[in-house]
Amino acid sequence: MGILEVKGVGKRFGGLQALGDVNLSVQENTCHAIIGPNGAGKSTLLNCLIGKLIPDTGSVMFDGQSVLGRKPFEINQMGISRVFQTPEIFGDLSVLENMMIPIFAARDGAFELNAFSSVSSQKDVIERAEKVLEEMNMADKRHMNAASMSRGDKRRLEIGMCLSQEPRLLLLDEPTAGMARADTNNTIDLLKEIKEERDITIAIIEHDMHVVFSLADRITVLAQGTPLVEDTPEKIKGHPKVREAYLGESA
Amino acid sequence: MFGLDKKDTSLLMIVAVLTMFAPFILNPFPTDSGLAQFNAGYPDLMQRFVIFGIFAIGFNILFGLTGYLSFGHAAFLGIGSYSAVWMFKLLSMNIIPAIILSVIVSGLFAVVIGYVSLRRSGIYFSILTLAFAQMCYNMAYSVLGNPASSYNLTNGETGLQLLLDDPRVLGVSATADGSIPVTNLFGLEMRGSETIEMGAWSFSFSAGYYVSAIIMLLSFYIAIRVFRSPFGMMLRAVKCNQNRMNFTGLSTRPYTLAAFVISGMYAGLAGGLMACMDPLAGAERMQWTASGEVVLMTILGGAGTLIGPVLGAGAIKYMENIFSKINDTVLHGWFSFLPDGLEDFVVFVIHPFVGKGWHLTLGLVFMAVVIFLPGGLVEGGQRIMNLIKRRKKSDDDAAETQPAAE
Ligand SMILES: Nc1ncnc2c1ncn2[C@@H]1O[C@H](COP(=O)(O)OP(=O)(O)OP(=O)(O)O)[C@@H](O)[C@H]1O
Ligand SMILES: [Mg+2]
Repeated sequence: MGILEVKGVGKRFGGLQALGDVNLSVQENTCHAIIGPNGAGKSTLLNCLIGKLIPDTGSVMFDGQSVLGRKPFEINQMGISRVFQTPEIFGDLSVLENMMIPIFAARDGAFELNAFSSVSSQKDVIERAEKVLEEMNMADKRHMNAASMSRGDKRRLEIGMCLSQEPRLLLLDEPTAGMARADTNNTIDLLKEIKEERDITIAIIEHDMHVVFSLADRITVLAQGTPLVEDTPEKIKGHPKVREAYLGESA
Repeated sequence: MFGLDKKDTSLLMIVAVLTMFAPFILNPFPTDSGLAQFNAGYPDLMQRFVIFGIFAIGFNILFGLTGYLSFGHAAFLGIGSYSAVWMFKLLSMNIIPAIILSVIVSGLFAVVIGYVSLRRSGIYFSILTLAFAQMCYNMAYSVLGNPASSYNLTNGETGLQLLLDDPRVLGVSATADGSIPVTNLFGLEMRGSETIEMGAWSFSFSAGYYVSAIIMLLSFYIAIRVFRSPFGMMLRAVKCNQNRMNFTGLSTRPYTLAAFVISGMYAGLAGGLMACMDPLAGAERMQWTASGEVVLMTILGGAGTLIGPVLGAGAIKYMENIFSKINDTVLHGWFSFLPDGLEDFVVFVIHPFVGKGWHLTLGLVFMAVVIFLPGGLVEGGQRIMNLIKRRKKSDDDAAETQPAAE
């Protein structure tokens, strides 16, 4: 049994069957990549995992518990954090504040009425936020307004925000899109390091094959809402069906 | 100090000094001079400054931090007033129990109204709060205010007043000389005031004002703490990106509801204080225009800033009370030095902006602020400060470069 078990998940948008019959099993402490052409339903699948969408059919189990019917914040509190395809950050807040909020959420839970203690007295949270910023190579940007950063930096901030929660399952939706080459490599290194140091399972959607082959232990190829093949990176590289459907080569 | 950082402490101190010396500061013109018209240092108006300041400070916790624009906060003001007057009728004329009840009752109403209204955001939230407030207003006016029925909580059109035969179980129904007792704080009468004559000036110090001012300072202090707390940070996050909050494991609803209830309690406190200064309560206090007024105050002063709402409340109450008193006679007095025809013309031009037309002035000022200073009066102040700083700096630079040039 994997830590994440997706069984028979289908999702229809009007006349469009975005997800057909998706079965996916992600093993604990591995990195599972999901690749596929644009519109294959990759993001839709992630949306079904975090409560943003409710699938029409099928079941989604995380660590033996169903996530269906739970609110997004409850699913996050179970240990699933997600980086979005378009960065979701707190634009009007400073980078440091952005980093502190997920740490507060992980420490205090979904709601905490600490209206009378000052933020600056929360030393443990600040320290932790500073440390993650350090790891993300963003310490010098800590007082910047998050909205004023480049797309790549917003993405890195969002990755940092998710990592700061020490999730058990990290979902990454094209995490390196819009990043400079150097930042992409840094991100790969960081994710590799974290994978080795912590108990963390990663599911990553990515178009950049360099990133995929650097990180993934297993790869699922999704096309038109159904998984085509699932295998190790080596096997996927040479798979004719994949070359045809995804890499756009005729066999 | 008090758990605040240096900047906030000095802000609090400045506000404290200004409010404590307000009777002097607001009366800069000698009593007999023509400009005495512009003196605002009389108890009634000063009380209004600080009470509406409290109202706006609380409103800003909701609107300034979370961005949820309530159009029904006057309901809590009215509920606070009614609660306080009931306390004066039933328990005693001491203002403490009255204020406590105002805050509690308006807080309870805020839980219910907030719980329902916060199911929606944006314009739908505003409309829901407006609907609730109008419901309260109409209830107070009709069903709950019919003197003939046994549900007469508000006394309808007449308004809720103190009577000689009210029970006042911890006090007296009537004083020895047969009149209604007055509101007090452990014996200190709210309407009591001292007037000091200093040369051509006269300053009045009212007990009611100082009690309200101290409560305002306390409210302001609490607001600073809320702004600087993790809770305040979460409220700002709500305004920014609720999606990110939800997917970060935070439940936004309790945060917005808590902010709504806190600001409702502030409004109730303001309403209660109004009744303490003048123990009667009428439904018009809940009308939508009153709800709109606090929105104007907050935006005019600077939503989301600490001091903005207080400035906005002061500015609007000043205009309402001072500009509205300038009538044609006063204008003719001012411009009598002009030749007759011109005098009439100038008065004719200014007439629509003063007296009953003060709303026009307010509207124009409001438009100008929203268009040119989206951050309100606070932003205006900051710009002036920056300008001064820059000028100073360039002066310094000039002084520094001079020797080199020699
Ligand atoms: N909320 C929605 N309503 C209607 N259609 C949707 C919605 N979300 C996604 N779709 C459609 O479902 C299909 C799959 O979309 P999805 O975003 O999952 O693709 P993807 O694999 O993530 O593609 P990309 O690589 O471009 O991000 C697309 O055709 C898309 O237009
Ligand atoms: Mg996608």
